[in-house]
Amino acid sequence: MFKRIVSSIRHIGHQTIEGAWRLGVATRFFLLVLLKSGTSLRRFGLVVRELYFTGVLSLIIIVVSGLFVGMVLGLQGYETLQKYGSESAVGTLVALSLVRELGPVVAALLFASRAGSAITAEIGLMKATEQLSAMGMMAVDPIARVVAPRFWAGVISMPFLAAIFSVMGVFGGYLVTVVFIGVDEGSYWSQMQSAVDFRFDIVNGFIKSCFFGVAVTAIAVFEGYDAPPTAEGVSGATTRTVVTSSLVILGLDFILTAFMFRGVS
Amino acid sequence: MASENLIEIKDLNFSYDTRAILKGINMTMQRGKVVAIMGGSGSGKTTLLRLIGGALPPTSGYVKFDGDVVHELNRDALFKLRRKMGMLFQFGALFTDLSVFDNVAFQMREHTNLPESMIRDLVLMKLHAVGLRGAHHLMPNELSGGMARRVALARSIALDPMLIMYDEPFTGLDPISLSVIGNLIRRLTDALGMTSIVVTHDVQESLKIVDYVYFVADGVIAAEGTPQQVRDSVAPFVHQFVHGEEDGPVPFHYPAQQYRKDLNLESEVV
Repeated sequence: MFKRIVSSIRHIGHQTIEGAWRLGVATRFFLLVLLKSGTSLRRFGLVVRELYFTGVLSLIIIVVSGLFVGMVLGLQGYETLQKYGSESAVGTLVALSLVRELGPVVAALLFASRAGSAITAEIGLMKATEQLSAMGMMAVDPIARVVAPRFWAGVISMPFLAAIFSVMGVFGGYLVTVVFIGVDEGSYWSQMQSAVDFRFDIVNGFIKSCFFGVAVTAIAVFEGYDAPPTAEGVSGATTRTVVTSSLVILGLDFILTAFMFRGVS
Repeated sequence: MASENLIEIKDLNFSYDTRAILKGINMTMQRGKVVAIMGGSGSGKTTLLRLIGGALPPTSGYVKFDGDVVHELNRDALFKLRRKMGMLFQFGALFTDLSVFDNVAFQMREHTNLPESMIRDLVLMKLHAVGLRGAHHLMPNELSGGMARRVALARSIALDPMLIMYDEPFTGLDPISLSVIGNLIRRLTDALGMTSIVVTHDVQESLKIVDYVYFVADGVIAAEGTPQQVRDSVAPFVHQFVHGEEDGPVPFHYPAQQYRKDLNLESEVV
């Protein structure tokens, strides 16, 4: 019994040390990526190429999800608001929910599973097939040539994807409430316009999505670069990217919201 | 004048943590020669290549490449040194997101300011040397194993290095591709005046093309000599290795406790 307790305490301690160690390695790696970003900025074509893979190819899932989330918000919002006779405020509800929370958060979650996992798998496989070693032996730094362009492409794509998500959501809400249910079009747009504040809502949403972009892509490139060079290693790293990014997004969202919207009506 | 030896390895020791991989290795490799490093799997051959390329620091001793002690160079100097080296990885390690052409052009674009028209000519010449000029538009996943290795070879000679290191270049190839790669290694070494190090356990194929052989076993050099000396050697290890005998100095059985004991037969004997 005593032995069991000791071993479980030892296990917890071991895990904690391991976790702290990994966090340190990841931070160091993140700083290295920033330090070696010069090549990406000088040869912006490398980033543009990755923008296509991470940003453009994520568009479909972002557009479709944004549309449906907006439609559901419109439907649910209308059902509740009409009980109090304030269905004209549905535009405000849809827009604020999207711009402040759902746009950045859901777009980031989708981005983590669509683009983050792809980045991890690609870098992990490049490592497993010795492509990164080969690059190093050709006197080309893989962090500067492979990791940094993918990182910056992810960071740049994320705010755009979140914005597109929100726009599609607002349009989805419009479709359901105005076109199908028949809420007054003028009040849908005008209430939205007067309620959504540029500084507090749109800029804060944008800042959130920038944080999420950095977090998701930093996790994705680190997991890929750190993956054991085997099939199980790469698949495990891909899973970890999605799980860790999702948790980090939700945690970060809470912290950012607490700072941004405290005392804002 | 540059020394006759491109590479000198002196009292080289290397360990992972406390496990010694290489113990007191001494080697010299003359310019213009093809040198084979042979040994069983896990004998430290690939580690030796990584030490020569500066990817790992030695525990003690040194590797001297073209007059420079590799592990004493700083990062920039090491990267500069690596431009004089090419390496062919076991399965080619082609960049899967780039075409054959772009793979061969990779180093030229990264390290030189040559105009694209000149890069095009150079790439086609390198591909012609390995017989794959017609395949320049293909992607790596459209190539057979032998072709991929030839493209990787063209890529490693892209900047006319002084040294090429081949890590198991014969693994998993059919007999035709095998002799194609073997002959290419010899021909390119002679034509470009390079030095080649071939890490392999394909004895028959490599003895045909190399000038000198080192046998590495358990982290030490067990034997060395010209191909003829190796073929005629009566040293038990070399004999076993060259003739592929099942048992000898390298035992068939992994160390274990007594067979009878493992099968629980001891008690019945009493």
